[in-house]
Amino acid sequence: MTQEIRVTNYPEVLTDRPTHYCPGCHHGTAHRLVAEAITDLGLVDKSILIGSIGCSVFIYNYLSLDAIESPHGRAPAVATGVKRARPDKIVFTYQGDGDLASIGMAEIMHCANRGENITTIFVNNTVYGMTGGQMAPTTLVGQKTTTCPGGRCRENEGMPIRMTEIIASLGGVAYAERVAVNNVKNIMKAKKAVTKAFEYQTREIGFSFVEILATCPTNWHMTPLQANKRVETEMIPYFPLGNFKDVLAKEEK
Amino acid sequence: MSTPKRIFVKGNEAISRGALAAGMKCFFGYPITPQNDIPEFLSQALPEAGGQFVQAESEVAAANMLMGAAACGIRAMTSSSSPGMSLKQEAISYMAGSEIPGVIVNVSRGGPGLGDIGPSQGDYFQSVKGGGHGDYKLLVLAPGTVQEAYDLTIKAFDLAFKYRNPVLVLADAIIGQMKEPVVPWTPENRDPEEGQDWGLQGAVNRPPRLIKSLFLDDGALAGQNLKLQAKYKAMQAEVDQELFLTEDAELIVVAFGSIGRIAKSTVRKLRAQGKKVGLVRPITLFPFPSDVLLGLAKQGKRFLTIEHNMGQMVEDVRLAIRTVADSAFHAQLPGNLPTPDDFEEPILKALEG
Amino acid sequence: MPSRVEFREDRCKGCLLCTEVCPTGIIQQSSRFNQKGYKVVEITPEGMSQCKGCAFCAMMCPDFCINVFTTKQAKGGKK
Repeated sequence: MTQEIRVTNYPEVLTDRPTHYCPGCHHGTAHRLVAEAITDLGLVDKSILIGSIGCSVFIYNYLSLDAIESPHGRAPAVATGVKRARPDKIVFTYQGDGDLASIGMAEIMHCANRGENITTIFVNNTVYGMTGGQMAPTTLVGQKTTTCPGGRCRENEGMPIRMTEIIASLGGVAYAERVAVNNVKNIMKAKKAVTKAFEYQTREIGFSFVEILATCPTNWHMTPLQANKRVETEMIPYFPLGNFKDVLAKEEK
Repeated sequence: MSTPKRIFVKGNEAISRGALAAGMKCFFGYPITPQNDIPEFLSQALPEAGGQFVQAESEVAAANMLMGAAACGIRAMTSSSSPGMSLKQEAISYMAGSEIPGVIVNVSRGGPGLGDIGPSQGDYFQSVKGGGHGDYKLLVLAPGTVQEAYDLTIKAFDLAFKYRNPVLVLADAIIGQMKEPVVPWTPENRDPEEGQDWGLQGAVNRPPRLIKSLFLDDGALAGQNLKLQAKYKAMQAEVDQELFLTEDAELIVVAFGSIGRIAKSTVRKLRAQGKKVGLVRPITLFPFPSDVLLGLAKQGKRFLTIEHNMGQMVEDVRLAIRTVADSAFHAQLPGNLPTPDDFEEPILKALEG
Repeated sequence: MPSRVEFREDRCKGCLLCTEVCPTGIIQQSSRFNQKGYKVVEITPEGMSQCKGCAFCAMMCPDFCINVFTTKQAKGGKK
């Protein structure tokens, strides 16, 4: 006798509605990983989502959580306020590379440095997506965008910023890892990292941070498959995957 | 219940103590002269009272922290002075648009730009007309004494939650740095469920709550604006002012905050000389006591507005009485500390017409 | 063990990321457009018989539009 079982189980906190994201955009995958992490850890009822400005401003439509919209770059500050007001809740920000690494650089650095017990999910696609493809702090050298049409050059625009390494150097940080979702193996590692980041928040040992390398097929002027390939061929060599800080791993040694 | 006793404190400390008495649980600040006493006092007193104090990385960050904490339905506050207030404007607009009851204190100093570290009233426009973008209003309370600074800070929290709107306490370096006796008091019968029917908590057995100011759907932003305007109209019920010897006055001096208090001394002195002068001191700058001023204008009185700026509130005075009268204006120049004597000549000149 | 895949064609955006990760290579772009104008993916019946139920496609899909089912032996009396 055989019995059919369902292999795919989407978490309830992930709302059942089509997303506005472009074909091949990795935001949907990242949202799903967050939904799975907080579901697996039993944290859904106590989670508060701090949205940011970018394509993902509508994340509150896809995660069924108490949520607040924050000004561009300020999500870590808003999250600090929420966590200080409600220290027993799970508070997390979800930000893109313009929001976090450009206008929000001060807020993310100080929130991390203070060791606020919150989690930041940082989606890095090397471009400003929502506003039509301008240069971002993580745009790669030679990459063409609408505000560096000749391609980013070091002399004029400086070098792309590696955020996970910088965050990992700050004293209040408990966990900092960079992942990608361009293939199944990386997705599985990414899920582990996102779950760990939220789990660390429950331990109240400091700030947890996961950078997710992602695609923007529309503003890279590529097909989804080409964009996905670019993560492997161009982004990972400059933004290496892996763990950059884990205070618990250190103690275990 | 606390036993009232008199304490001799700076306005900055009175504001801090008022906030604690009002049940403020979170404070987010940043150093800037002349309000540093506020974060310094609260860095000690607030944790002792079981609250959370954060010195933020900037006034921008502090205002956004305030937004987050108040969005949870918790009493929270930030303070700054003029240049720092300019930095907070985006967050203030967001708080107004998202209906978040944060309390903001401005101990204003001279401007524009870096200005000086002394008092001025140059932030009237910024406070009342909206330094941030969009059609919004803050309730603006302007204390004239250190006791009033204590009292109005408590009122600020009550009004913020009554209307789910940010409230601004507009003091200046005189009020902030001057020491006066204060009788502290603690409000009673605060609603323990305040803010819990809309604040962020984690959605358990109920639909999730969304605090936002983005309205993209057809007609949605229009609807939100109409809703906010209706609220600002309802706020007119909170209008407050001090009237001093106005009944038989021929000339009404209009002044707010520390200037109102100094002008009161001048009015008192001139009355002793038989001059028929009086004072209207707006205590709420929004809502503005337009009806009171118009009523006095219809009685045939004349007006002189005195401010510690180059002419800001005078526009609202003129607007209020425009169908009947006009107001003269005397600028106490920012950067120059005022005394009651400074106002004698302008008042007498205006009295003579 | 027979497995099968259900695509929510109304949600598919034709990104084709699933076609790249399927280890048996049975997912392909169809010639059908959905209501949003995207060319959706499909698995032929013959392809479906090759499905291993690994759900790599669902893991890769950014739009939550893939459901995977497999069959297992129902519990018998053996211990």
